[in-house]
Amino acid sequence: MSTLKDRKSQTWKDHSKPEVGDWRVKGGLAQMLKGGVIMDVVTVDHAKIAEDAGAVAVMALERVPSDIRKDGGVARASAPELISGIIDSVSIPVMAKARIGHFAEAQILEALGVDYCDESEVLTPADNAFHINKWDFKMPFVCGATNLGEALRRIGEGASMIRTKGEAGTGDVVQAVTHARQILNDIKKIQRLDDEELMTEAKNLQAPYELVCEIKNTGKLPVVNFAAGGVATPADAALLMQIGVEGIFVGSGIFNSENPEKTADAIVQATTHFEDADLLAEVSKGLGAAMRGEEVSKINPEERLEKRGW
Amino acid sequence: MVDSKIKIGVLSLQGDFIEHLDVLETLSIESLKVKTISDLNKVDGLIIPGGESTTIKKLIDRYGFEEPIKEKISHGMSVWGTCAGLICIAEKLSDPYPIPMNLIDAEISRNWFGRQVDSFETDLTFKGIKNKIKGIFIRAPIVKKISPNVEILSSLKDGTIVAIKQNKIMGTSFHPELSGTTAVHDYFIRLTKNEN
Repeated sequence: MSTLKDRKSQTWKDHSKPEVGDWRVKGGLAQMLKGGVIMDVVTVDHAKIAEDAGAVAVMALERVPSDIRKDGGVARASAPELISGIIDSVSIPVMAKARIGHFAEAQILEALGVDYCDESEVLTPADNAFHINKWDFKMPFVCGATNLGEALRRIGEGASMIRTKGEAGTGDVVQAVTHARQILNDIKKIQRLDDEELMTEAKNLQAPYELVCEIKNTGKLPVVNFAAGGVATPADAALLMQIGVEGIFVGSGIFNSENPEKTADAIVQATTHFEDADLLAEVSKGLGAAMRGEEVSKINPEERLEKRGW
Repeated sequence: MVDSKIKIGVLSLQGDFIEHLDVLETLSIESLKVKTISDLNKVDGLIIPGGESTTIKKLIDRYGFEEPIKEKISHGMSVWGTCAGLICIAEKLSDPYPIPMNLIDAEISRNWFGRQVDSFETDLTFKGIKNKIKGIFIRAPIVKKISPNVEILSSLKDGTIVAIKQNKIMGTSFHPELSGTTAVHDYFIRLTKNEN
């Protein structure tokens, strides 16, 4: 009952410009992705494998995050012909990444017909102080967050979907777990506060006050919350779903595994039946080697992608 | 009123099933998530939610839901598909993929209005509901062709059919579960109880 009522009282939507994509329509697509898996793909063949495995959307990229990590150099939005090729080859929604703050890249993605833009720390940031004003777009945005303050700043800027940052391209799930728990614990904390404490909490979180009030009333983020960054196995997906996220992004974990088709299918099933241990055991069989990965704790903190974004 | 104690299931493989369950709770209707065939066997009506139709249909096939759903329908179960759910219940699609379940004599066309940037919201009249309802269309399908025994419940101003019913099977292109209103769910409950 509460959710119906609350959905009508989204105060920050007053900040949106009425002539561009309506909030409910933008957030609505994210609602449709819930309980699903979004997969990084670098070719049309990958996109088709992902669609056949039951992915709810694909993220069109030139390189998966683990290769970006390995190759170095400036990581930018993918080439238009790659994105268009993938859009033409599948019927599921296509996402693509723009650099943090690079609204011109986002404008290009919107013009290409991309269904969702990921303003992503996986690419090299284009602006050291500001993120994209996402209210300017009809195309909806997903943004990464490591804690509630960061999530609410992105929502305040118009993001209609949040994902944990995790540590992309590592195959190590620890940071995705840390960020998912942090966001959920920050929400629980707000629910315990008295009304007079909320402004100071907003100050401490560096988050919009209206959204902090909203969280106190609803006990959840006002947009869909997925996990991303380091998911490599069906068990990783089930772990995060049980912790309380609403869906899963898998980047390098599928196409860097020994058997991408089976791994993709297994992660889709694990995300649906995340509480069914018998089924999880069954789908985890015969997958071959998962991506080799890299322990996050061995990566110099200065080089971690999760630090990007403000 | 034939039966006031009914139980509505929401197919909870993928998509916005929580939103449907929230509306049913608002209406004080007993409801449950349908994740297995044994869940399905407990319900009088089944909602197939919005989501990604290729994903939902793949999982329907993977867990063998299609035959049990048809069997339940032959014993009077009602079914309502919203958006992706409408695609899953169609007789056929204008696309080759996915293969729908053929529960209603209608041809459905996916992503009719274009991509996400073409998604929209509009007011609709709905046969059997007094006030106008809010139609939220997200990468929505439409009803392209129907046989004479299918009833049109709602159309856009240009005549595009966006809600249909045949016996106890109904489908909507749009998402009443996201609109903050309960009228279409109430309609489906009356349909389940044979009150329409």
